[in-house]
Amino acid sequence: MRLRLLAILPLLALVPGMSAAQEPTEGVRVGITYQPGVRPGMLVLGGPRTELLDSVRTIVARDLEFSDEFEIITLPAEDSLVLGIQTAAGSGSEFVNYPLYGALGADFAVRARAEDAGVVAITVYDVRGETVRREFTAGVPVLSDPDFRMATHRMSDEIVRVITGTAGVAATRFLFLQGRRIYRMDADGADVQPVSPDGAAAFSPSWDPRGRRAAYTEFHDGGGYLYLQELATGRRLRLSFTQSALNYTPVFSPDGNRFAFTRSDEEGTDVFTYNLESDCCLQRLTSGRFADNLSPTFSPDGRRIAFSSTRSGLPQIYVMSADGTGQELFAPFDYGVTGSSHAPEWSPDGRSLAFHRDVGGTPQVFVMDVATRTVRQLTSAGRNEDPTWAPDGQHLAFVSDRTGRRQLWVIDLETGRVRQVTRAGEVRLPAWSGRMY
Amino acid sequence: MKLSIPLTLSLGAVVVAAAVACGGQPAPPPVPAVDSAAIRDSIARAEAARRAREDSIRRAREEAERLAAERRRADSLAMIARETDRAKGILAEMVNFDFDKSNIRPGDAAKLDRKIALLQANPMLRITITGHCDERGSDEYNLALGNRRALAAKNYMVNRGIAADRIATASRGEEQPLDPGHTEAAWEQNRRDAFSITAGGDVLKAPAGM
Repeated sequence: MRLRLLAILPLLALVPGMSAAQEPTEGVRVGITYQPGVRPGMLVLGGPRTELLDSVRTIVARDLEFSDEFEIITLPAEDSLVLGIQTAAGSGSEFVNYPLYGALGADFAVRARAEDAGVVAITVYDVRGETVRREFTAGVPVLSDPDFRMATHRMSDEIVRVITGTAGVAATRFLFLQGRRIYRMDADGADVQPVSPDGAAAFSPSWDPRGRRAAYTEFHDGGGYLYLQELATGRRLRLSFTQSALNYTPVFSPDGNRFAFTRSDEEGTDVFTYNLESDCCLQRLTSGRFADNLSPTFSPDGRRIAFSSTRSGLPQIYVMSADGTGQELFAPFDYGVTGSSHAPEWSPDGRSLAFHRDVGGTPQVFVMDVATRTVRQLTSAGRNEDPTWAPDGQHLAFVSDRTGRRQLWVIDLETGRVRQVTRAGEVRLPAWSGRMY
Repeated sequence: MKLSIPLTLSLGAVVVAAAVACGGQPAPPPVPAVDSAAIRDSIARAEAARRAREDSIRRAREEAERLAAERRRADSLAMIARETDRAKGILAEMVNFDFDKSNIRPGDAAKLDRKIALLQANPMLRITITGHCDERGSDEYNLALGNRRALAAKNYMVNRGIAADRIATASRGEEQPLDPGHTEAAWEQNRRDAFSITAGGDVLKAPAGM
C-alpha cells in the first residue's frame, strides 16, 4: 500500500480499511481464507538518511512484508521523513507521534538508526500501547560486505520475534537447480550465487541443518555421486561410498550426524543411510526388487523417515523408523483414483508433511497433517511441485509454472498469500535452509 | 640369380681349355694377359646389366604387390568399418516407452533381439543401457523410472543368454532430453533406452543377415 501523506490526511479514518487491500491469491484454495484487516499494520519509519540506513530500511520493510505477519504501510520517502521520530532541541528527548502512526493504520512501528560504526539500533514501537516494545542493536557491516544483507535479515527476524514470539525467516537461503548447476539465493530472491562448479550436471541439492554446507548429486560416467560442499569456502568432497551407482536426494538428519539418500542400481531403487560422524555404516533401509523406494525425509526428531514408494503401484508416501523397521503407508490415497505422490518433506515443527501429487496429469502441492493424516491440496493453477519448508513451518516454497516457466514461489499457509521469488531461467528442486545464525 | 666372382673366373678358364683341346693344333701363343682381363670385364658388365634388369623387374613386381596389398587392406578396412558402422547402427536403435511405464513394448522386442545377436557375434563387446524419461513426471522419481527402463532392457537380453556382466545400466531421468520440445512427439522421443559401447567396440561384426 502506497500513500501520499499530505493527500490522505483528511482520509485517515479510511486507512485501516485500505490496509486490507490484498493481492489476489489465484491458484490457492482449500481451507485457507484470508481475513482482511486481521494482520497488524506495520510502519517502517524514516529517519537519518544514509545509504546504509536506507538500504537497511528497504530490506527490513520487504522482509516484514514477506513474513506475512503484517500489513506494511508504505509512504513516499519525503512523507516518511516527516513521520520520523522528532528529537526536541536541547533536551534530547524524543517525540513519537503515536496518534499519527495509529491513524495511518499502524499497530507497530520500527525505527533504524546508526548507533556506532558498524552497529545499527532498532526500536520497535507498540503504537496502540504508545510504548517502546523493544530496543536492540545489531552489528551490521558496510554495504559492500557480503554479510551486510544477511545481518540485516537477522534484524528483521528479531523484529518479527519481538512482536509475534516467533522469529521470522528472512535470514534463510534457498538452494535450487538451474540448468546444470546448483545455486544459492537469499530468501528474498537477492544475491544469487553458483554453488556447484560449471561442467558436470548437478541434481537434488539439500542443506545441512546449520546452513553451512550443501549436499547434492553430480552425474559422472554412468553414475551419480554425492558431494558435500562448504558454502563459505567452496571446498567440496565426494562421498566415497557413492563411487558406484546412481545416488541422489541426499538429506541430513536433523542432528547432522546421519545422511539418507536414494540409490538406483541393478537391485532397483532404495533408501540408504550413512553415518557421517563416524564415516561408516552404509545401511539399506528398504528392499525393493519389485518396487522403487526414494526421496527420504527425516522427521525433526530424527526418529522417522518418510519416503515415496511404488510398492502399491503408483508412487505414494510411506513412513518408517529411521532404522528401516515399521514401514507403513503415511499419506492415505484411494487405490486406482489418487494420482502419483512424490517428493515428501517433513515440516520443521514435525506436524505436517508436504509433497506433490498428480491431479489430472498435473502435479499439485499437498500438505498432510501428521497427527490426523488428513491431506489438503494447496495449489491448483498450473504445475506446482517439489515443496520445501521454511524453518517457521508456516511458509512453503515450491516450483510453479503458472506464469509459463518453472519459477520459485512461496505460500504462507496461514493467510494463503503467494508470491513469486525468482523471475529468470527455469528453477527446479528448491531446498529451504534453516535460519542462518 | 647371384654368382660369385671366383666362379665366373673359373668358367672362363674352362672355355679357354676346351678351345685348346678341340684344335689339336700346336699350342697358340699364350693369350696375352690384357685380353683375358677384357673378357672378364665384359662378362662382369653383362652380368651386372642382367642383374640390374632383374632387380628392376623385381622392384616393379614388389611395388605392384605392395599396392595390391594396400588396396586389399584398404578394401577390407573399409569393409570392416562399414560392418562396424552397421553393427553400431543396430546397437544405436533406441527403445521407447509409454508414459510412466518401463515394460518393453512388443514392437520394440525385435530391436532388442538384434542387439542380442550383435552381442553374440562380438563376444568382447560390452555395453551400457541408459534409461531416460520425458519432462512430465516428478524430477526425482524420473531417475528411478529411467533406472527401471534400463533394467527392463537388460533383463530382456540377459534372459535370452547374454552374460549380465556385459551390460551396465544407468539412468538420467529427464535430465538429457533428445528433443527439448513440449509436445507428445517430443515426449515419446525422450522416453527411451539409449545403448552405448563400454568396451570392445573398435571393430564389430554385424550378425549374419543384418
